[in-house]
Amino acid sequence: MNPIKILKNGIIDENPTFVQVIGMCPTLAVTSSAINGVGMGLSTAAVLACSNFVISLIRKIIPDSVRIPCYIVVIASFVTIVQMLLQGFVPALNDSLGVYIPLIVVNCIILARAEAFAGKNGPVASLFDGIGMGLGFTLALTLLGTVREFLGSGSVFGITILPETCNTILMILPPGAFFTLAFLMVIVNLVKNRKQEVGK
Amino acid sequence: MSLFVVLMAAIFVNNFIFCQFLGLCPFLGVSKKVETAAGMGIAVIFVIALASAATWLVYNFILVPLELNYLYNIAFILIIATLVQFVEMFIKKSSPSLYQALGVYLPLITTNCAVLGVAVTNMESGYDFITSIVNGVGGAVGFALAIILFAGVRERIEKCAIPKPFQGFPIALISAGLMSIAFLGFSGML
Repeated sequence: MNPIKILKNGIIDENPTFVQVIGMCPTLAVTSSAINGVGMGLSTAAVLACSNFVISLIRKIIPDSVRIPCYIVVIASFVTIVQMLLQGFVPALNDSLGVYIPLIVVNCIILARAEAFAGKNGPVASLFDGIGMGLGFTLALTLLGTVREFLGSGSVFGITILPETCNTILMILPPGAFFTLAFLMVIVNLVKNRKQEVGK
Repeated sequence: MSLFVVLMAAIFVNNFIFCQFLGLCPFLGVSKKVETAAGMGIAVIFVIALASAATWLVYNFILVPLELNYLYNIAFILIIATLVQFVEMFIKKSSPSLYQALGVYLPLITTNCAVLGVAVTNMESGYDFITSIVNGVGGAVGFALAIILFAGVRERIEKCAIPKPFQGFPIALISAGLMSIAFLGFSGML
């Protein structure tokens, strides 16, 4: 398979958030601002790409019956590394993402890709699959974060655009996360339906 | 802080689903029927109670004395995975009827972020042994409450005419959002 196709598959065709609807917890929890969305997305992408690569390398050594615990240990090690890097270099982002950084371990996207792709394909293809899925996830989180930040705090990436009186605080509170994701999915569905009709 | 306050805060104010967004995958995945939702809720309460006890013991008696705190994430996830496996084997032997009811949900719980989330929160807040368990059980009861209520709502929605683009996840998310607004009302309680 060629790398570009694998990347596109992860970013658009099988976008983890909008198409597969997995990894919901961080998606909804940290997207109260665009910058948090980018941070969480890229951290997950880094863990996903590295763990996919390593799991693919060792896939022939691991006995089939204990593969899930092995995958989890690999993933948890990379999450610990990412957490240490974030603590060291961007402590502010680490504080605002808080408990959700260690929780990358149980993000279903990572285990799902290990099981569905890295366990069956070569290291290079797996690396690209990890990058593609990771970027697809980052894209979704950034979009969600941008919409919520714009409606809730009237700013985008911390730059104020709307005056404070236009803010809808609800959008940066938990309910706003549910609503924003629901309406983004509706838009995705509408676009998909339109495409199918044109295709007919 | 009294245990009662911790319990109430965990159930209502910091509800897993509506305030902390932990355990959303089972919340959206197995909430189509009230019965299955109740099964999942009970299984989660059971596992979280055991997991908060086990992770507390391992963290305070093994990781801290050996100065291996930074390994907590790997240690916790392994403890949870093993624990779930043991619970499954134990229930299978001791009570086949309970196994019938909970069996399917148990393996899913390993990747339920609420379990790991509670373990990490307990550690970061520095709770003692009893408080950790109370916090865990409270959170799990809140989870069960949320998933059962939500399943009730979804059973009703099934019977309604929904515009096509809203079918499936979008309408479920909107209902969850409305319930989340209701739960915001508890935030002034304590």
